[in-house]
Amino acid sequence: MNKQFEPVIVGFLCNWCSYRAADLAGTARIHYAPNMRPIRVMCSGRVDPQFVLKALREGADGVMIAGCHPGECHYVEGNIKTLRRFILLKKMLAQLGIEDERVQLIWASASEGIILAEAVNRMTEQIRALGPLNWQEKVLGGGNGHGHPAVIEPAQEAEEVLYD
Amino acid sequence: MSEKVGVYICHCGTNIAKTVDVEEVALWAGEQDHVDVAREYKFMCSSLGQELIEEDIKEKGLTKIVVASCSPHMHEKTFRTACVRGGLNPFMFEMANIREHDSWTTDDREAATLKAKALTKAAIERVIHNQPLEPLPVEINPNTLVVGGGIAGISAALELAEAGNHVYLVEREPSIGGHMAQLDKTFPTLDCSACILTPKMVDVGQHPNITLLTYSEVEAVGGYLGNFDVTVRKKARYVDEEHCTGCGICIEKCPYKVVDNVFEAGLGARKVIYRPFPQAVPKYPVIDTENCVYFQRGKCKACQIFCPTDPNSIDFEQQDEILQIVVGNIILATGFDLFDVSQIPQYGYGRLANVFTSLEFERMVNASGPTDGKIVLRDLETPPESVVIIHCVGSRDENYHKYCSKVCCMYSLKFAHLIHERLPEAEVYNCYIDMRTPGKGYEEFYNRLLEEGTHFIRGKVAEVSDVARIEEEEGKLIVQVADTLISKQRRIPVDMVILSPAMEARNDSQEVSQLFRMGCDFDGFFVERHPKLDPVATMTEGIYIAGACQGPKDVPDTVSQGAAAAARVASFISRGTVMMEPIRASINQELCSGCRICNTMCPYNAIVFHEDSNVSEVITALCQGCGTCVAACPSGIITGAHFTNDQLLAQIEGILWDVRSNLDLVPVE
Repeated sequence: MNKQFEPVIVGFLCNWCSYRAADLAGTARIHYAPNMRPIRVMCSGRVDPQFVLKALREGADGVMIAGCHPGECHYVEGNIKTLRRFILLKKMLAQLGIEDERVQLIWASASEGIILAEAVNRMTEQIRALGPLNWQEKVLGGGNGHGHPAVIEPAQEAEEVLYD
Repeated sequence: MSEKVGVYICHCGTNIAKTVDVEEVALWAGEQDHVDVAREYKFMCSSLGQELIEEDIKEKGLTKIVVASCSPHMHEKTFRTACVRGGLNPFMFEMANIREHDSWTTDDREAATLKAKALTKAAIERVIHNQPLEPLPVEINPNTLVVGGGIAGISAALELAEAGNHVYLVEREPSIGGHMAQLDKTFPTLDCSACILTPKMVDVGQHPNITLLTYSEVEAVGGYLGNFDVTVRKKARYVDEEHCTGCGICIEKCPYKVVDNVFEAGLGARKVIYRPFPQAVPKYPVIDTENCVYFQRGKCKACQIFCPTDPNSIDFEQQDEILQIVVGNIILATGFDLFDVSQIPQYGYGRLANVFTSLEFERMVNASGPTDGKIVLRDLETPPESVVIIHCVGSRDENYHKYCSKVCCMYSLKFAHLIHERLPEAEVYNCYIDMRTPGKGYEEFYNRLLEEGTHFIRGKVAEVSDVARIEEEEGKLIVQVADTLISKQRRIPVDMVILSPAMEARNDSQEVSQLFRMGCDFDGFFVERHPKLDPVATMTEGIYIAGACQGPKDVPDTVSQGAAAAARVASFISRGTVMMEPIRASINQELCSGCRICNTMCPYNAIVFHEDSNVSEVITALCQGCGTCVAACPSGIITGAHFTNDQLLAQIEGILWDVRSNLDLVPVE
């Protein structure tokens, strides 16, 4: 019997809400899929779109960005900046043929361990159903190394448009 | 430079070791590039665990340290200090959270061990790029803002003021005192609430170190620990506080009365120019413009005509004042609301006249209340012959609030006692789900009530109705309850029903938490930094919480929290300066293209643009280190200290170490 596919998800969790939500989920012994590997950032606003691309390129099957609820950001509105950036990034990812479910933005406050855990479970199942990302084939078309710079630059151009 | 990394994997007793193969992770870590030593140890946070790190730094000349254990919010400081003792800069340390984020979240040992490796590898890769940093000193403004003038805010303000610190106490209502001022007796000692509260209120009013801002609200909060800029709106009272003597003649002469829905809970009336209660602090009255005939129709002015002061203290032209204050710390003590019992229609409140809320009953039994302390039905004449007190109205109820409101059992017992005392002939029933009396002298009070002859019925009340089935029920309220101790449905005909509603978060707690940039939980109560070990601090440095805004609690707990929050603030004030994490952004002036994208990113206006040199610059003192500008810079020349691109990109590579090796990719960077 084939072993079922275990997706690897990189999670960018903000220090004040979502990282603590994950801490709380652990403290409360809420069991959830071990597929999300968290990276702490001070604010979800620190998540440069190139981090997401980097993670996907390095072999992640999905990326979760988690921040404070809108209006509750520790840094006033960093999460709103994240949201704006995220919408644009998603458009670009769609053009690269990367499925919608692979990159998700969620809000979890420090008291919402259960919400974070449920989001991880949901996302794990969604990506399990999609199968591995295979960046090499999907985005690069066979692994000849073409297009790396081309992937990075639209994101930066896009940002300039957004924040002009 | 070649780095020598020390990696320490913690068992945390069995907390980690039960799910993660700690030995395996340590062996594997030892084989990773740059790793000089990898160990596993039972408790890394113990003195011996810390000494292990210190000795290795000294003996093996380690340059970087990784500890894989619990959350950095638990022990990052502990290990950073150990690094300092070993002779390293504290920022040469990185923590992998393999407990909260791993071992506690799964039973799958294989998956947990793999995840532990990924998190450890990410920390190793990241720590190689860590740079030494020096903490930033921040001066603490010695003034403190206390929001809310209930017993929590009063306790906090007095503690700080007595220690010689200046306090701004902001209260929304015209007087301080809060809910406690409305109560008659306090359980279990039956102290008169006003008798123990009013001396404290007077102390606040007269204290040279307290600036009392009543009838005021905080409108905006800027800044951070040490230097918060607070905007307070002091609403117009239409009474000149400088000249008013508080004689009360204006109140006496005012010809109009309205129902007092705030202090008297709708049971009594007050004048249109009023003081909420006789012992109010400050003593100055306030005009309720919505009901004032002068403000509505331009006639009357009785208050002004009869005001005996010279110059006249009534000022119809008075405007709201906007005050700007600077404080170093903020204590929120905004209190609670009572659950709206009309949400449970089967209990009949609002439909059946003789169903009362606990607060109405408090005012009724209060000697200075609307009935002069007489327990009477809604006609304000007839004393009840029988009373049912219903516990847990809206608390411990899946439909409303799941939590226990903690104080209702005790005050419901107090009500029973007061009814026995004033109406010895009356029958009193307490319908409870579970009797919860934990506290000093509380269980003894319950035993006293058992002896006083209260009928205790263990069961949740299904309905209060006025539909009689038999003659004895005619003209009565019938309480339908399942008595679970005798396994019988009972119908109890009584004259009066008192509902003990849940304590709930203030209806605007969400907005308040946003204003002060701290969190609310599901129920709207403010979230403490740690539920056990840091119950009065919040996630936001410099902002503390006390009293029922954090969760339901009684007077002694509230007073303790007020004092605890004050002690925390006082320790900051006495230090004068605190060291903050130097997580700040900086712009490379040589490479900045002057596009100004970052300027609009910063919520603190910490980025200035120099027109002459056409570059942007971060004002370090204002920067809070979120890193939003770092991510936005199209040239990638803003550095977020301790969260640099190098560190985070390396961490991403590390965290994907196992899947990464399957890829045959050309490196991009």
